[in-house]
Formats: sequence, structure tokens, C-alpha cells
Amino acid sequence: MILAQPATQIEPGSALNLMIILITATLTENMLLTRFLGMCPFLSISRQLKSAFGMGLAVVFVTTCTCFLNSLLYWHVLVPLEAYGVPAESLKLILFIVVIAAFVQFMEMAIERVSLGLYFSLGVFLPLITVNCAILGTSLFMINKSLAGLDALVYGFGAGLGWMIAIVLMAGIRQRLARARVPEALEGPGITLIVAGIMALAFIIFQGMIKL
Amino acid sequence: MLQVLIATGLVLAISAAFAAVLLVAERYLVNYGPCKIDINDGTRELDVRGGDNLLMTLKGSGIFVPSACGGRGTCAYCKVRILDGGGPVGPTEAPLLTPEEIESNVRISCQCKVRNDLRIEIPESLLSVREYRGKVERIRDLTHDIKELRIKLVEPEKIKFVSGQYVQLEAPAYRDNPAPVFRAYSISSPPHMDDTIELIIRLVPGGICTTWVFELLKEGDDVKLTGPFGEFHLTDADSEMIWIAGGSGMAPFWSMIRQMQHDGAARPCRYFFGAVRRRDVFFLDEMRQLEQELEWFKFLPALSGPEQGAAWDGEIGLITEVVGRHVQGDGEREGYLCGSPGMIDASIEVLKAKGVSDDRIYFDKFA
Repeated sequence: MILAQPATQIEPGSALNLMIILITATLTENMLLTRFLGMCPFLSISRQLKSAFGMGLAVVFVTTCTCFLNSLLYWHVLVPLEAYGVPAESLKLILFIVVIAAFVQFMEMAIERVSLGLYFSLGVFLPLITVNCAILGTSLFMINKSLAGLDALVYGFGAGLGWMIAIVLMAGIRQRLARARVPEALEGPGITLIVAGIMALAFIIFQGMIKL
Repeated sequence: MLQVLIATGLVLAISAAFAAVLLVAERYLVNYGPCKIDINDGTRELDVRGGDNLLMTLKGSGIFVPSACGGRGTCAYCKVRILDGGGPVGPTEAPLLTPEEIESNVRISCQCKVRNDLRIEIPESLLSVREYRGKVERIRDLTHDIKELRIKLVEPEKIKFVSGQYVQLEAPAYRDNPAPVFRAYSISSPPHMDDTIELIIRLVPGGICTTWVFELLKEGDDVKLTGPFGEFHLTDADSEMIWIAGGSGMAPFWSMIRQMQHDGAARPCRYFFGAVRRRDVFFLDEMRQLEQELEWFKFLPALSGPEQGAAWDGEIGLITEVVGRHVQGDGEREGYLCGSPGMIDASIEVLKAKGVSDDRIYFDKFA
């Protein structure tokens, strides 16, 4: 059911368009709860609010930066080279992974050198993110939606923010669950997946509110 | 064809560019330059290259802090005190430390990088921990699944330790075992035999190190071990000692009793040794001999499931029951335990019920 349909065509790059991209990426197409990407850290690092927050921050940071870098790579290197027969579509997957892995490695070293405090709250989660499918997913969806430049940057930020909201919510619920009487067979991952399912139902309600 | 070449070239070029950036970053960002580590207020000073974690850096300088997980930050054995230069406690360390430990600067050394000059404090005994090379002098069967290994030290030639301490034996890569592993075994030889290490090893089916010892190791082979480690040792008190052991838990006591005999010590001691059948009991003759010579020492082996008609004049029952029958709930006593975690937990209960307080019960659990 579509509740609100933009009446007029919105100009790319305009403030309204960026707002729509942000809300879409964060809520209606929440990376975790509607796409179910990045589940492994979602299940394993959501036990404590503090580390969930750190992990979330790391994901926001990495999606924002890699999404932007990858959009530059795709639109300004791969697409122009298509004229010479380079298959941009097939190469993007492997190149995006290279970009993400290199960026994460580099940032880990840089953050550790620059600020130990930041390293401890953010940096230790970075190596975990290299293999996080939510990061790669964000870049691939960004291409599917033909976003470039500032749009891509905002989309990456929104996707990361949505992931962070989801894991922080989950951590809050799990901290309460620690005192709940969960049936023995469902303890740990079992009840977490059930909670994730219920949260996903709630987030699916947002779908169709805005279409990008 | 050209298309394939361009595509491959492009991927390679981009990957190479990133690799170059990372190499440069590693050269300048991760290089912390030469650092000084001051150990125990100047007892030793190390000049090392920063960048690696403290555990590995110390190991590189020949100081072996015990670690069971090999630096993955899970076992929390490699604790050291970093007095200066340690920086904030990281999130990978915090769960492994108590608030008191954090207060007194205790850190998990495998999770602390050497980034600058450090002042650290480690137990004095660790400074004497070294890597030893030795030759297997003798392997003999004690029971059907327990062997005694006697190792003659080659380099260095002598070792200084206290009865009750353990060494880590290195099992090299063999067959399905891709990389060397270390396993801890209590030293069963007494400290006065300082050119020899004896170990009592029980076969663990499928165990990497024990399989190597039981199937491949031969007399005359070279072996490597590091040590000595451990805090399990006799106290200076003169109250009666209750020793409880099972299986290869014999090792520390076999070292202690022979050292006490050598030193001419006299301290009341009852040694309860638990086994299932007659064939699991070893050193019986040696222990009877010691009982004759040392009037303060008593050896009480017990079988929990003796064979029908086996010749056995010792105790029968679970070791905890036997201890319960013999030990009265009066007077000052100390408990020393070595064996499986289950046996130790049960024995602690029995000793506590007999009025031996928690802080007088010492044990070496091998899991």
C-alpha cells in the first residue's frame, strides 16, 4: 500500500531527494531487518549495548566511505571503460570487495595510530566488518538504484545508520532478555532470531511508504 | 580477447594500487620504532621493535609468559602488570579482568601492543622460564595407558624449579598435525636432579601431543620444552598434608616426595591415590619402600572398581569416600590435589567437610 507518492518529479541532488534517500536507506529498506544482511555480527555482538553501539558506528563509518568510493570507481572508472569492452557489471563485485577490504585495513591502522580511544571504541570492530555482507550489499544496491556522488554518500550513511539502529535496538532487547525466562532450547541464537523476526515485521510496515 | 586482457589488467592494477597503499601504511603507520621494556624495576631491560603484542615481543626476547590460547585473547593466562606506557584497557581485555586487576594495572599481554617504552612487572619465576632442548633418555610404561618420559637436558644443561611446577612439551608437526603444539605436563622428577626432567603422560585418545609421545617418540629423539611454570607447590607450614591424586596426577607428588626424602624433611603426610583397577596403579613398590624409610609418610591407594578376584589389599571405593573415611574433622591440615577437574571439585568438597579451609587447599587442575 503506497501512502505517499511524490506528486512531482524530484530533482536529483536536491535536499528533498537526499532526505528521501536517507529515510529509504535507514528505515524502509533497512539493511538488517528487511534485507537480512550482516546477520553474523548482528547476532554475535548484540549482547551488550556498548559494543553494539561501537560496532554500529564502525558500520556507519565504513558503509558511508566505501559506498562513496565505490560509486566513484563505478561511475568514473568502470562505466567510461565500458566503451573499451570492460564488463562493468561483472567486475563491480570483485572490485568492490577489494576496495572494502583495503579501506578497512587502512582505516584500522590509521585509527590505531591517531587515537587509541577511538581505536578501542571503533577500531577493534573494523576487521570484523571486512567480511560483512551488509557493506558489500550497500554498494551493490547503490549501483542498482543508479545513485552517484552525494546521493551515494547519503545512501551509504543511511544504510549504515539503519543497521546501527537495528543492532542497538536488538542489544537493548537482549539485555532485558538476559533476565527473562527463555525456554532452554531457545536460549542464545534461537530467541535472538525470533526477536529479529518480530522486529523485521515491524520494519516491513515502513515498506511502500516511500519508494526510491 | 582484448576485452579479457583489459578487464584482468584493470582488476590487477586496482588491487596492486591498494596493496601498495597498504604496504606504505604498514611501513609508516604500524612501525612504532625501537622501544625499551623495563622488567621488574630494572632487573632486565629489553630493546625491542614496537608494533607486535607484548606476549610475542617478550617471547622473542626469551621470556615465556604462559599462554594456553596462543595469543588469541581467550585464556587470560598471560596477565602481566604494566606500570607505565600501557595505555587504556582495550575492549578485548576488559571482560577478562576483574575491577581490582584493572585498578592495579594488570593487563592481558597478548592484547597489548608495544607502542612505546614500557615498564612492566612479571613474576620473578618467569624470568627463569627458558626454552630447553633435551634428549629422550628413557620411555617406560607405567600402566597400559600411562608412560614415563625421562628427558636429559642438553641446552641449557640444568633447570631450576620447585616440585609441583610444570613444563610445556612441544609436539612437532607430524602426520595430520600441521604445526607444533605445546602441552603442559607436571614435572615428576625432583628438583635436585637438575639435569633431568621426568614427565608422566597419560594417553588421551586423539590427543595431538600424547599420540605423538605414544606412537612416534623414541628413546634418543630430540625434544623441546619451555618452563618451569606454575604456582602449585608445598607451603612452609608443618601441619599434616593430605595429598589426593588420580592417574597421571601422580606426577607432582612423585617429585615432591622424592625431594623431601632427599632434603631429609619430615612432615606428616597421607597420600591418597585413586584408580579404577589394579592395572591402573603404579609406583606401588616405590611408595611402599618410601613408607618404610619415611615414618611420617603414608600411601593409601584406592580402587573404585577392582576386578573380581584380583589380589588387592588396599582401599576400595571412590577416592573421595576413602578420604572421607580416613581423615578426621579435627586439627590443622592442608590439602594438595592433582587430577581431573571432576575429581578435584569432589575432593575439595570432602576436605571442606572435614574442616580444611578453602585457602589451605591447593590444586592443579588439568582440563
